[in-house]
Amino acid sequence: MSAKAILEKLAVLADAAKYDASCASSGTVKRDSTGTKGISSTEGMGICHSYAPDGRCISLLKILLTNFCIYDCRFCINRASSNVERARFTPHEVVTLTLDFYKRNYIEGLFLSSGIIRSEDYTMEQLVEVARILREEHRFQGYIHLKTIAGADPGLIALAGLYADRLSTNVELPTEAGLQSFAPEKKPDTIRKTMASVRVGADDAIEAAKSRLIGKAKPPRFAPAGQSTQMIVGADAARDDDILKSATNLYSGYQLRRVYYSAYSPIPDASSDLPPVRPPLMREHRLYQADWLLRFYGFERAEIMESARGGMLDLTIDPKLAWALTRREAFPVDINRAPRELLLRVPGLGTRAVDRIVAARRLGKLRLGDLAKLTASVKKLLPFIVTPDWRPGKLTDSADLRARFAPPAEQLALAL
Amino acid sequence: MLAEPRDFAAWRSAARGLLADGVAPEDVSWRGSEEGASLFGDAAVAVPAPAVSLPRELLEIAERVICHRDAEVPARLYRIIWRAARDRHLLARTTDADVDWLRGADKAIRRDVHKMHAFVRFRRLGEEAGRESFAAWFEPTHRIVRLTAPFFQRRFYGMDWAIVTPDARAIWRNEQLVYGSGGTKDEVPDSDVVEDQWRTYYGAIFNPARVKIDAMRAEMPKKYWKNLPEAQDIAPLLAGAGARVERMREMAVSAANPRTEKWRTRVPEELALTEDVTSLAELAKAVGRCTRCPLYCNATQGVAGEGPERARIMLVGEQPGDQEDLQGRPFVGPAGQLLDEALEEAGLDRTRLFLTNAVKHFKFEPRGKRRLHQNPTSAEIDICRWWLDKERAFVQPELIVTLGGSALRGVTGKSASIKSMRGSVHELEGGARLIATIHPSFLLRLPDRTRAAEERKAFVADLIRARKLAA
Repeated sequence: MSAKAILEKLAVLADAAKYDASCASSGTVKRDSTGTKGISSTEGMGICHSYAPDGRCISLLKILLTNFCIYDCRFCINRASSNVERARFTPHEVVTLTLDFYKRNYIEGLFLSSGIIRSEDYTMEQLVEVARILREEHRFQGYIHLKTIAGADPGLIALAGLYADRLSTNVELPTEAGLQSFAPEKKPDTIRKTMASVRVGADDAIEAAKSRLIGKAKPPRFAPAGQSTQMIVGADAARDDDILKSATNLYSGYQLRRVYYSAYSPIPDASSDLPPVRPPLMREHRLYQADWLLRFYGFERAEIMESARGGMLDLTIDPKLAWALTRREAFPVDINRAPRELLLRVPGLGTRAVDRIVAARRLGKLRLGDLAKLTASVKKLLPFIVTPDWRPGKLTDSADLRARFAPPAEQLALAL
Repeated sequence: MLAEPRDFAAWRSAARGLLADGVAPEDVSWRGSEEGASLFGDAAVAVPAPAVSLPRELLEIAERVICHRDAEVPARLYRIIWRAARDRHLLARTTDADVDWLRGADKAIRRDVHKMHAFVRFRRLGEEAGRESFAAWFEPTHRIVRLTAPFFQRRFYGMDWAIVTPDARAIWRNEQLVYGSGGTKDEVPDSDVVEDQWRTYYGAIFNPARVKIDAMRAEMPKKYWKNLPEAQDIAPLLAGAGARVERMREMAVSAANPRTEKWRTRVPEELALTEDVTSLAELAKAVGRCTRCPLYCNATQGVAGEGPERARIMLVGEQPGDQEDLQGRPFVGPAGQLLDEALEEAGLDRTRLFLTNAVKHFKFEPRGKRRLHQNPTSAEIDICRWWLDKERAFVQPELIVTLGGSALRGVTGKSASIKSMRGSVHELEGGARLIATIHPSFLLRLPDRTRAAEERKAFVADLIRARKLAA
């Protein structure tokens, strides 16, 4: 196996990593190579260096250290019982690949995950070793995202946090029952404990930074881009409500930067009780929208679920519009007078548009024509707003309002 | 008159002169001849222009927008600074046509800069004295080489590189950044040794089951494709996607890999919530796995009591809070710190006490980035009493101090008011004695300072009494 050429290993171990939704390289601290013999930098905001034909960005070299795994999670291509081709990189091979790609400006850094080999601790040690070599031997300043192995020793997690920009522990399935039936070796409490140790590590680093004496060297940062997780959507019976419930708990408990929702994608040699081919991309999209409402628009989970049926979000219209249609009494909203929180609830107004409206109306009344310069689609706003030259009249309460927005049925099918 | 078509310094000094002279925008022609001959004579540029106060943000935007390829840009920019010099709120007038144009042009430039940061592809030229050198050919939409070169300088400080574009080039060599004239594609090597690896990666990371070609094009417009080595693979990857998905479907379940059993070294641990817990350490482990009520679903971990096996005093709180839940230890959050201070004042050594809670899992309501504490119900307290009783059986304390109403219920099984129980000593079944006091978090919630100080004093007094009782 070790004789396998780099190219073949790369094909196997990148293929195995393609089911992880995260590729973000944003939200970390600024660093660069100025004055050094080395290369690499991060500027805080991420850069997507390429895009795959699946529409997803490529920012990081996203690979597995190995796809051998002692776990047998049924939704996973790398589960022990799968007949997939196996390969394993040495830490040095990953380091060389990362540096070679980085120097050609193909990537922002590395996202390293791994199948679990020997033990959780051994696997975590190997991941940390790659990051250590990059940071200490090559002074690599680029972005490093390490997958934490749930159940690994908190000491290893603490070490990982010193080298990595981001740590993530995947919860995979949002409910206890789902995990129990699909991933018998994964324990939800082990996952949560690992996330807790990442958060405690981050809190401690902040505390240390606050209490340091003037003039002393800065204490090392701990995973400055925070932690994230991923949930698989559509592999088990969990409803959107379960998924969002789990997400809100994770956000509040472990200060996650992001929860990634990944439509269950068919894997070769799949377990027979898993759904067939088409990944529920629209459901994934609606969950991301709902997640956005939770984090940036001041919505509570219960509000988002008001318009849901059987715990599932409406697939035809976005969750904010769905909420507005069930809460017509809150509309229309006066663009020139409404507080920011209310503007954020108008379908069709994003956070940036709301900021612009609030800034612009200080200097004079906004009319419908002005709104066209501040937001992408005024048409969508019409039933929900009032301006000096526009009143929706009966439109807000009209029975066919939903039909105005819902696309014709045939457009629902996603191109595959 | 602009030395280079998009030389910001030259534009700025010319614009400042014009502005200071009160030349109205409609009286200026920025076109000049195609070769950039001066309209005003060199004198206009050479005289240091008096400072005109303009918003810093506008100058920053102007420095970017001057790189725009549209020939009208210098004139339009001048009109905007002319107006801005008379209206200091101009930039905030987002509905103004000029401002709208400016923001749009700036956005286009910033996007182009971002795409150049992303899509430049270096190819290796060689290595000399340990220093590698690379070159790239890139065709940005606008004239942005000067805007982007500092980024590449910060990023690739330790190697030599050159970026050649049709309009200009930037060269970083021996830690010096220089600019030069535009060039052609054939000045840069047409391949690189790791390009095969990169294309292999690109092909492997693509998931054929979720083709979204429009999403890809929106972020990586076709105009950039010709200089991206991986882009030549897009068409074949797309063409093969359907077949790959079909193959997956056909590759129905095969027999499990025979190595499975060999690799699976451990059987999942059986959950032993058993009666046969024989020590406090085992008890703590069992609490960690407790599923007696649904609170375990959201909490991180069950938090067992902590302290010596035969402590004389047992302190019982309500339930773990946010910090206790994360760290897996009782009384380590804000209320715990307050308790520590009070214990010290009362002359009690925390390490000689047994500290625990009536409920072992944290009950909370998620609210944004925080978890709001929720009081456990009587039912939850009663279910969890099972654990508290076991802890009491191991520790056999002489004295139990209940902190707050939940703790009182946890110990006695009855809901009594603290007020009625406080101040006296109660005998418990099995010999231990009990004193009831408030929970330290109550002190944290009191807004009135004098009242808080009084309550704190009373709390310490209760602890002192506890110390004397167990002495």
